[in-house]
Amino acid sequence: MRIELNQQELLSLYETMVLIRRSEERLSRLFGDGEVPGFLHLSIGKEAVPVGICAALQAGDSVASTHRGHGHALAKGVDLRGFFAEILGREEGLCRGRGGSIHVADLRVGMLGANGIVGGGLPLALGSALAHQVRRSGGVAVAFFGDGAMSEGVLHECLNLAALWKLPLLFACENNGWSEFSPLMRQFAAQLCALGNAFGIPAVQVDGSDVEAVRAAANAMIASARGGAGPQILECRTFRWHGHYEGDPQKYRDAGDLADARSRDSLLVSSARLEAMGVTTERIRTLERAVEARIEAAVAAARLGRAPDYAAAAADVYTRAAGGTHG
Amino acid sequence: MAETRYGMAINRALADAMQADSSVILFGEDIAAAGGPFAVTRGLQAKFGPERVRDTPISEATIAGAAVGAALGGLKPVVEIMFMDFITLAMDALVNQAAKAHFMFGGQCSVPMVVRTPHGGGLNAGPQHSQCLEAWLAHVPGLKVVVPSNPTDAYALLRAAIEDPDPVVFVENKALYSTKGELADVPQPVAIGRASIARSGSDATIVVYGASVAAALNAAAALAAEGIAAEVIDLRSIQPWDERAVLASVAKTRRLIVAHEAVTAFGVGAEIAARVSELAFVELAAPVLRVGADFMPVPFARALEREYLPGAADITAAVRRCLDWKANARIKP
Repeated sequence: MRIELNQQELLSLYETMVLIRRSEERLSRLFGDGEVPGFLHLSIGKEAVPVGICAALQAGDSVASTHRGHGHALAKGVDLRGFFAEILGREEGLCRGRGGSIHVADLRVGMLGANGIVGGGLPLALGSALAHQVRRSGGVAVAFFGDGAMSEGVLHECLNLAALWKLPLLFACENNGWSEFSPLMRQFAAQLCALGNAFGIPAVQVDGSDVEAVRAAANAMIASARGGAGPQILECRTFRWHGHYEGDPQKYRDAGDLADARSRDSLLVSSARLEAMGVTTERIRTLERAVEARIEAAVAAARLGRAPDYAAAAADVYTRAAGGTHG
Repeated sequence: MAETRYGMAINRALADAMQADSSVILFGEDIAAAGGPFAVTRGLQAKFGPERVRDTPISEATIAGAAVGAALGGLKPVVEIMFMDFITLAMDALVNQAAKAHFMFGGQCSVPMVVRTPHGGGLNAGPQHSQCLEAWLAHVPGLKVVVPSNPTDAYALLRAAIEDPDPVVFVENKALYSTKGELADVPQPVAIGRASIARSGSDATIVVYGASVAAALNAAAALAAEGIAAEVIDLRSIQPWDERAVLASVAKTRRLIVAHEAVTAFGVGAEIAARVSELAFVELAAPVLRVGADFMPVPFARALEREYLPGAADITAAVRRCLDWKANARIKP
């Protein structure tokens, strides 16, 4: 399954993982300083999953995301300034300050939105895959979901319908072992891959901390889906370093579990590989500093952004003025 | 011009929309091979093929959610929820996804989807196959809700709903499917949000939609025999609703009755009564009166359902009460 990436390819994946990690670390500090309104759910620890999967996608492909969706957005290529401006609640945000962290979307790059409803993105991705199929676009849709969504009925409906219609859809599970505050073993009696077998959907488990492994598995499955073989399931075993939300004291997790989660760091896995390939530490640091500078510029621009306009928001409940009176 | 049944007018609107636009697709439970439980989609799969007219499993949440995703992907899906009661299973997709995407994503996208679903009693279908739940949907910013009362409007409003960039819930009425009306060879378009005057009158305004339009027309005919000229306004669309048309009528009649088959409490009538009271309090010669179903589930047995469903007699009585209202009358609890 492992396909050797060359130095440049792996450096490019590493760069996107660093972009996600540093962006979320920056968001964590901004949240602590009171600059981020609302809730913030960080994906630190699972960067290799969106990066490995999105690297296997093409420009016209689409992804539906979750409440822990910053990595999916950045890996799919949303504009970084628009990303930070959105999460800080600015007019210049991707969603003009109407959605925030839980609803970052950029339809121009096929990012159909983070989602506040656990499992909510699954049928959206299925519908997007249907559109790819009917329009013969050659595109594939990816439904990112966490292990928490495995107990939502809509997952089971979607597995069934995607299999019946042989849709070009990748079910990409980020299994971090925690459904909000509860461990997976108390939440889900089945195994996702076994469930895939029940529906006749090919299913593979992969180390979600190894971007090369994720990329290789995703490449094969997305090629199959694109080629008409129907839906695929990729279950990525990954870790949640932070709480369910920023500020979550995580009293439900013991120290050993947290230490285990941090023991496997996707960035360290890849930087070690890069060094083994002969990439110097200095070159890696230079790349990291450039990413950090881009993030700081985006944060600075977001801080200078305008407050969103209420009248413009009110005018956007519908696409255009309707004949009668709403409300 | 040909006489057409309500259900067949919907069938023709679907066929014409599919003929005109290859991005229109249909999916739902038993709509394709079987033609739907009320035969509304009969023949469409044969005409347009299994890719564009699809049977789904019994998975309402995914039917509605897939419609959102398909709409974001460039299609114009028209999906069917077999009975409006089952829309409970599709509410996340409608309320949290479809209704909000345009707003929540800063106007980046629209969700041009239509959910067709029949409401209404009269078939002894019982508490889970008879409900009129349209007020729930009208309460959600971002959704549009239309409820046509006759074949002409059913055709035109469905074409308008399919053309609309935003999600529209197209509410049919099971009791209307077999009713007949004229449908032009080239039907005139109707804009969503425009009411029509089903009968002109100067003494009282009866605002209705869907199957209640026929009841209101029967009531108006009975009242005419007593020398009372009631005006009947068919809302056609309840979100948005044609406030201007209602106010214009009330300015003439000074009396307003809102009637629907749905439960009275917290319903469409409550919203219209409140709004007209806010905007036209001094024009009103009497309080706005509501006619609707009692606050109970739709009962099954014939005698129970007959008593439960509001009809022409209830509307006639409400018009009389409104006309007889005295300024010093006390509200009876």
